[in-house]
Amino acid sequence: MLPTPDLSHLTKKDLEEVYEPAEDTFLLLDALEVDYDYLKGSKPSICLEIGSGSGCVTSFLGNIIGSTAYFCTDINPHACRCTQRTGKQNNVNIQVIHGSLASPLELRLASKVDVLLFNPPYVPTSDDEVGHAQSDGKIEGAWAGGSGGMQITNVMLSKVKNLLSPSGRFYLVALKENNVPGIIKLMREMYTLTGEIVLQRHAGREHLFILRFSHL
Amino acid sequence: MVRLITHNLLACHAKDCNTNNFPLEFKDIQLEIREAEFNSDFLKGFMPKLEWKALVDTARQLGDTSLPLEQPEMVDDGFLKSLHHVLLEIHVEEGSMTCPNCKHVYPILNGIPNMLLAEHEIG
Repeated sequence: MLPTPDLSHLTKKDLEEVYEPAEDTFLLLDALEVDYDYLKGSKPSICLEIGSGSGCVTSFLGNIIGSTAYFCTDINPHACRCTQRTGKQNNVNIQVIHGSLASPLELRLASKVDVLLFNPPYVPTSDDEVGHAQSDGKIEGAWAGGSGGMQITNVMLSKVKNLLSPSGRFYLVALKENNVPGIIKLMREMYTLTGEIVLQRHAGREHLFILRFSHL
Repeated sequence: MVRLITHNLLACHAKDCNTNNFPLEFKDIQLEIREAEFNSDFLKGFMPKLEWKALVDTARQLGDTSLPLEQPEMVDDGFLKSLHHVLLEIHVEEGSMTCPNCKHVYPILNGIPNMLLAEHEIG
């Protein structure tokens, strides 16, 4: 088993403003570990994580794949700084961009992303809550997902096909309430991407899934 | 640490700004040079993903003239060392990037580019 990245540099104050790795994060790490041989063997040249928060996931990926290009975005400026520090702490060279989803990279990264990661704000809330949480760049933006918990995820899903390289893979964290079969169906019918469940786990009240998508 | 590898991938994404929106122009910048681990396989694999002219022009603006105007077909160690330095070792810590088309200014703070747009600027 691979070690969880060292997060000992994050202070209590950091974790008041940035989502602290929890069961959903650890399930995503476990899914990446399931795919260890593929991820390492396919020699990805561009990895991109959307909403990297503490930076735990990309640091973990960096310890699987080794030296390559890692980009992370987050809408929360505190999260951007934490991601940068977590990369340093774990010897993974991460390029952090303060921004929404992949917007400033979409033009140039079209068909170039080999590993795309997204642990979205998936908790069903009111739609108003999402708007405020995102535009303020606060910690609430890490979980408030609006109607069905899918408001932000749906925007990202529409971008994935354009970003993935021919052999690229997209890993998504989802909750049972997000309608996992519906997400897989949407991706196939709207975007001709094939998806499957890599792992699922019950954690407290949450039934969590890790989905993996690639071109047909 | 906005390295030139990142700069080469960022474009203006403001509403209705769809042409001539790349590369962003550095302004009032502070540079730092930091050594990075040399990996020739990574560099060779990354070459086809670069917008070469944008990289060379930007490096020249920052005072580095080591890269040829055309991407060479045969790469030797000397070339890869220059490419490594330009892509991965030149860090922009502070300053800003301006869109050549709509003139939107994206600030760089503590090495992190702020690419957020206000609600009314989102396309």
